[in-house]
Formats: sequence, structure tokens, C-alpha cells
Amino acid sequence: MYRYDKTDQQIINERVTQYRDQISRHLAGELTTDELRPLRLQNGLYIQRHGPMLRIAIPYGMLAAAQLRKLAEISRRYDRAVGHFTTRQNMQLNWPQFEETPAILAELASVQMHAVQTSGNCVRNITSDHFAGIAPDELTDPRPYCELLRQWSTFHPEFAFLPRKFKIAVNAAAVDRAVIRAHDIGLDLVLDDDGEIGFRVFVGGGLGRTPILGKVVREFLPRRHLLSYLDAILRLYNRYGRRDNMYKARIKILVQALGIEEFSRQVEAEWSQLKDGPTTVPDAEFARLAGHFNPPAWETLPAEDPLHAARIRTDRAFAHWVRRCVHAHKTPGYAAVTLSLKAPGVAPGDISDAQMRAVADLAERFSFGEVRVSHEQNLVLADVRQRDLHELWQIARSHRLTTANIGLLTDMICCPGGDLCALANARSTPIAEAVHQKFDDLDYLHDIGDISLNISGCMNSCGHHHVANIGILGVDKNDEEWYQITIGGQQGNAAAIGKVIGPSFYAQEVPSVIEALIAVYLENRTDSERFIDTLQRIGIDPFKARAYAGRDRRRTAKVDSREKEVVNA
Amino acid sequence: MPRIIKNRQIVEDDWQVLALAAGETPDTVPLPAAPVLLPLSVWQARRDEIIARAAPLGVWLDSHEGPEALAGDIDRFTVIGVNFPKFTDGRSYSSARLLRERYGYGGEIRALGDVLQDQLFYMQRCGIDAYALRADKDMEKALAGLSVFSEAYQAAVDQPQPLFQRRPVQEPT
Ligand code: HEM
Ligand code: SF4
Repeated sequence: MYRYDKTDQQIINERVTQYRDQISRHLAGELTTDELRPLRLQNGLYIQRHGPMLRIAIPYGMLAAAQLRKLAEISRRYDRAVGHFTTRQNMQLNWPQFEETPAILAELASVQMHAVQTSGNCVRNITSDHFAGIAPDELTDPRPYCELLRQWSTFHPEFAFLPRKFKIAVNAAAVDRAVIRAHDIGLDLVLDDDGEIGFRVFVGGGLGRTPILGKVVREFLPRRHLLSYLDAILRLYNRYGRRDNMYKARIKILVQALGIEEFSRQVEAEWSQLKDGPTTVPDAEFARLAGHFNPPAWETLPAEDPLHAARIRTDRAFAHWVRRCVHAHKTPGYAAVTLSLKAPGVAPGDISDAQMRAVADLAERFSFGEVRVSHEQNLVLADVRQRDLHELWQIARSHRLTTANIGLLTDMICCPGGDLCALANARSTPIAEAVHQKFDDLDYLHDIGDISLNISGCMNSCGHHHVANIGILGVDKNDEEWYQITIGGQQGNAAAIGKVIGPSFYAQEVPSVIEALIAVYLENRTDSERFIDTLQRIGIDPFKARAYAGRDRRRTAKVDSREKEVVNA
Repeated sequence: MPRIIKNRQIVEDDWQVLALAAGETPDTVPLPAAPVLLPLSVWQARRDEIIARAAPLGVWLDSHEGPEALAGDIDRFTVIGVNFPKFTDGRSYSSARLLRERYGYGGEIRALGDVLQDQLFYMQRCGIDAYALRADKDMEKALAGLSVFSEAYQAAVDQPQPLFQRRPVQEPT
């Protein structure tokens, strides 16, 4: 993991001092509410339905056990002993006291953490693959590049007040697990014909009310030019992105307006002036950063542990869990484990302080003291010996962290929705819970197999519903909660935006509509097909027909009938 | 006399800023006596007349205007203003950097408009060296805004080498 040196630590400490001073100037009446807003947002502090919400950065999802323990302690001391992991690999605390936020940031700084630029119209937390460094299908470890970008984006003087938020994701694997095309910039690590390492650069992706997948702006960018090239893109965006209409301010709208060829031409023109300047990254810096992500001391082990294989045969519950929650590791005898934060009765992505401590203990005992957050809102222990899996499972089970549903219907991505979020049109967590209730038979879930179901409480799409096989979106009709359903979206290399199946549904209808969609799949699938494959083969119509069969749809939904104040976001 | 922050100090300053009022046009607006920061449109409409005045020259760029418009004339100006209509409008950070780094401008760059303490550090990094702080704010206190951080990661005008080119070799903490 990246460890701060004195300079990194000093910068973060100075940030705490700056923020403390801003809050006290605000309380003294010297900084108005409007003047404070962008400043506090760039320190992760929102004002939400019930009061403040603090979003803590977890750079590219990497956490040390000691940091997770600190989060547990903070959540107990300053909040309601629960945290929420987001699709951007961050953690949100929903009940902090405004006056205590400087103290929380100081606590975070003591373990090399912060809330820098987790909101606001600036470059946000860099996200990446939760299997970085251990995935068998990986070209190289993306984390040194993520850290380079973290440092470059931290307090970038030119790009602190962009037209809108700016999200960057990095992938280095054959299968994209970081949804890079749903980001303002997506970076795909690739080799050119000479074996030089660099990036395929995507630009202009984003979800929200205008979902668009990123387009290739450059097929190959040698890695040493990464920062000057991003400076060129950001400068264009900063100067020419729209500022007159917040809904049209993301870079995707600029890219769309210019067309990707013209956008690319303008980037190249700007870049030609910056290229080979002082921000050219020398190999020595890549080596220094890579040194922070050296592999842990993996033992030499047989590829298959006989004891592990025997336990799979004899313990059915364990075998179920292994099938869904244990993943391949590039080193023989090791595996990665996903700890599901999608148990029934718990809001997706929520974790209690006791669970945080338990995971920290597990990480120290079984996985070299490190934990990762996945954008699907689960936790990953990346370096577990096969032979330890059974013991790890038993302990994790006692903390309700072993729901064997990773990649299944109930592994839902879900935003906090109307329970907590001031922008929501509808609640989202009760829908997630209703899905759990309806699909409570694990055998049935395993039979349905790989599928994604994501839920957002409004058009802002924090729950990634656009890129789900089944997406659920809260809409507001005459002050009632309704839900619009999309199907056919997916993440990964074949990323796609789902299509709306028709008028929206009442909350009570949603589980049975999902059941109808699943039924069409089960009736039509071939042996090897996943939900998405069948859908692509037979088309959307049979699903549509079944979803509305016997339903009266005379009242039609109007999406976003109430324009929401999104200045806060 | 009005005061501004310049080179990290509070100084008296007699430059005026001309802004076109409703109904005024660049071609006909009366030019105040120097020293004055003129809108770009006035400079463009009456370049020769302004040069002939032989006084220290000043111009200001609004946030949607770029330094490209001044390219051939950069060295004529004693002061170039960059406007921040709202402090959340970040375009003038790019303008300032371009003036320094692309057009080699060595004179004063002055932040105008919604100029507040908490943006001064970034402005300074982008090459702005004078700040017409918003009138209702305390200038003495605002000076602290220039010294919030003792180090920075990126290359910028105040420090052309990024931290990775300068980082002392040391053990992680
Ligand atoms: C509760 C407080 C939250 C607020 C007020 C909020 C607000 C917003 C807003 C306004 C947008 C749309 C931005 C745009 O289209 O320009 C957005 C997008 C997004 N948010 Fe949130 N959000 C919140 C929580 C979350 C959570 C909990 C997650 C993760 C589960 C999340 C992840 C995202 C993602 C992934 C996007 C889509 C980004 C894109 O459009 O490319 N947010 N959020
Ligand atoms: S999708 Fe809407 S309701 Fe859900 S967290 Fe985002 S802004 Fe709030």
C-alpha cells in the first residue's frame, strides 16, 4: 500500500488546519453559507436530509487494517456506529455533527486518510479494480498509476473549480471491473506494439440524467505523458465546458457538442504545448510508486490445497460461499475473498463498527493486513491462502459477512435514497430489502446465476442503475414514489446502458416485476446463458410483455417532474 | 486610496477598472485617465488609440475570454486583470497560467471580482500575483490564504517542478 512520507503527511495535516479554520470562520460569521459550501464539499461534507453527511476518501479502494479500525472508532465515537461504502470506493458517515467534522478529519489524518475532493466540482477519488495486483487477467498493477493521479489531482491549482465533478477510473485487466467507460476519463492500461506501457484513454462517460459511455480519445498514450495529457483534457474542459446549466456541465456534454474527433483534435493541440515538459513522469517515479505496491510475501504453495478441496466436498454451505465469494488469484495456493455487505435486513454497502473491526482482524490474520472496497459496495481480502479459507469463512460468518450472493441477484448496488438523501425522488433501500424477501432461497438465486440489479433513488444515478442488467430508478409522480425499470445494461468490456421497459411501477409491484423478468429468462435460456445473454438473444419485448401482463398502466410516470436542487452535489 | 494585496503585502493602488455599463459600447465609451484596466472589447476596438495614450497599459479578461486575444501585444501591458465573476468560476486559473507559461507574460496579473481568502493559494500557484480582494472582506486576515500549504504536488507557475522531481529521498513515515 502507499505510505505517506513526511511531505504527504504534512500536506494532509495542513489541509486539516485549513478546514478547521474555515469552519471556525463560518461559525464566527466571516464566511457565509454560500461561501463555505464549495469549500466543505471539497472536504466531503454535504448537508443532507437529516443533517451533515461526511464522505471519506478511500483512494482506489485500498485500506490498511489500522485505517479500517480507525473508521470503526470514528463511526462509533462521532456517528451511529455504522458506515456506508459507495460505488466510488469511499465511505459515507450519515450522522456526524457539523462542529465535530474538523476533529474527524484530524483523526483520519493520523492514519494517512482524508476526505479531500470527495465532492465538489473537482477531480474526485480515483477508482480502480478491487482485484488490482492479484488478478490473473491483469497486465500490470494499476495502483501505482492511481496513486500518481491521486497526487496530481490533490489540490491541483488550476482545476479546483471545474464546471462540474470529474471522475477518473483506471483498469489494467482483460476484464474491466472498474466501469471505466462510465467515468469522465477512463484509463485502460495497454501495451503498444513495441511492448511499451501506456493507456487507451476514454473520455466523456458518465451516468446521471444523461447516461453516456466514454469514447476513445487516444488509442495509445505512453505512460510518461499521462499527467500532461490529462492536464490538456482538463484545461479544455475547464475553459470550454458549459457553466450555464448544471445539467449540461459534465465533460460528456462538451465531448458530445464537439464530436469526439474535434474534441480529440483540440486535446492534441493543447497537449502539443505541454508534452515533454516538467510533468513528464520519469521511470524512476513509476518505480518509486510501484515499490509501494510490492507483492506481499506470498508463500510457495501447491495450486490446489487438498484439505480445501475436501472441505468443499463435505460442507455444502462452505461450497456455496466458495463458489460465489472466492475468486482466482494469480499466485498458486492463494485466493481473493469477497465479504458480502449485502445480507438481508441490512442496507447494501452498510457496515457496523463491530464488523469493521472484525474485518480488520481477519485482514491481519489472513491477508497481510489489507482490505479493498469494491465499487459493488463489498469488501475484499485479496491474499488469502486456500487452506485458510474455511477458518476465515467460519469467523466471517459469525459477523454476517458471508452471504453467498456475490454476482447474484441480491448483490445489489444501491444508493442511500430517500431515507437519507435530500435529492431522492424515492427510497431505494426498502426496494433492496423487498428483493431480499422475495428471493430468499439461495438455491434459487444460484440457479438464476450471474445477474446485476442496481437501484438509484433518483436520476443522479448514484446506484449505477443504468449499467445493470435490471436497473431500478426512483421517480416522483405527484409526490408518490414510483419506480422505472430498465433492462439490458451491463458493466465490463461490453458496457451498455439499459433501456426503459415502459411506465413505472408502485413500490409494492417491483419484486413481482423482477420475478416476471427472471421467469422469462429461465424459460428461454440455454444451458450456458446468463440473464444478459438471453435478453440480448431474444430481445426486450418478451420481458416487457410479461412485466406488464395484467397491470393497469393508465397513469403514466413523468420522470423528474420536480427539478431538484443539486447544488449540493 | 484603494488597497490590494500584491506580492504578499497590502499596498495602496490607483488602478481603476473600467467595465462597460448597460448601453455603453467599446467604440464610444469614454476612456478614463490612466492607469486603468480596460475591458478586452475596448482594447480590441481601439487598440491604436489606446497605445497612443502612452500611459501604463492595462487590460482585463473576463472568465470566458482567453489570453489568446492578447497574444501579439502581451508585453505592452503593465497589468493584466483576470476576472472571477463568481469564485466558483475556475476559468481564470487557466487564463493566468497560459499568460505566464505560454505567452511568457512577466507583468502583474491581478485577480478581480469575487476574490476571497480561500482561493488565494490556488491563484498564486497559477501565476496571479495581485489580488483585489472583495471589498467586504478583511485583507489582513486574507493574507493567511497565501500560505495554507507549504508544499504542492503539481508543477505550476510558482513551482515549475512537480513534487516527484524534487521529493527528498526518505523512509515512509
Ligand atoms: C447521500 C448523498 C449523495 C448525494 C447528495 C449525491 C449526489 C449526486 C449527484 C447530484 C449526482 C449527479 C451528478 C451529475 O450528474 O453531474 C451523483 C452522481 C453519482 N453519485 Fe452520488 N450522491 C450521494 C450519495 C452517493 C452514494 C452513496 C454513492 C454510491 C453508492 C454515490 C455515487 C455516485 C455515482 C457513481 C454517480 C454517477 C456519476 C456519474 O454521473 O458519472 N453517490 N450523486
Ligand atoms: S441517486 Fe439520487 S437518491 Fe440516490 S444517493 Fe444519488 S442523489 Fe441521492
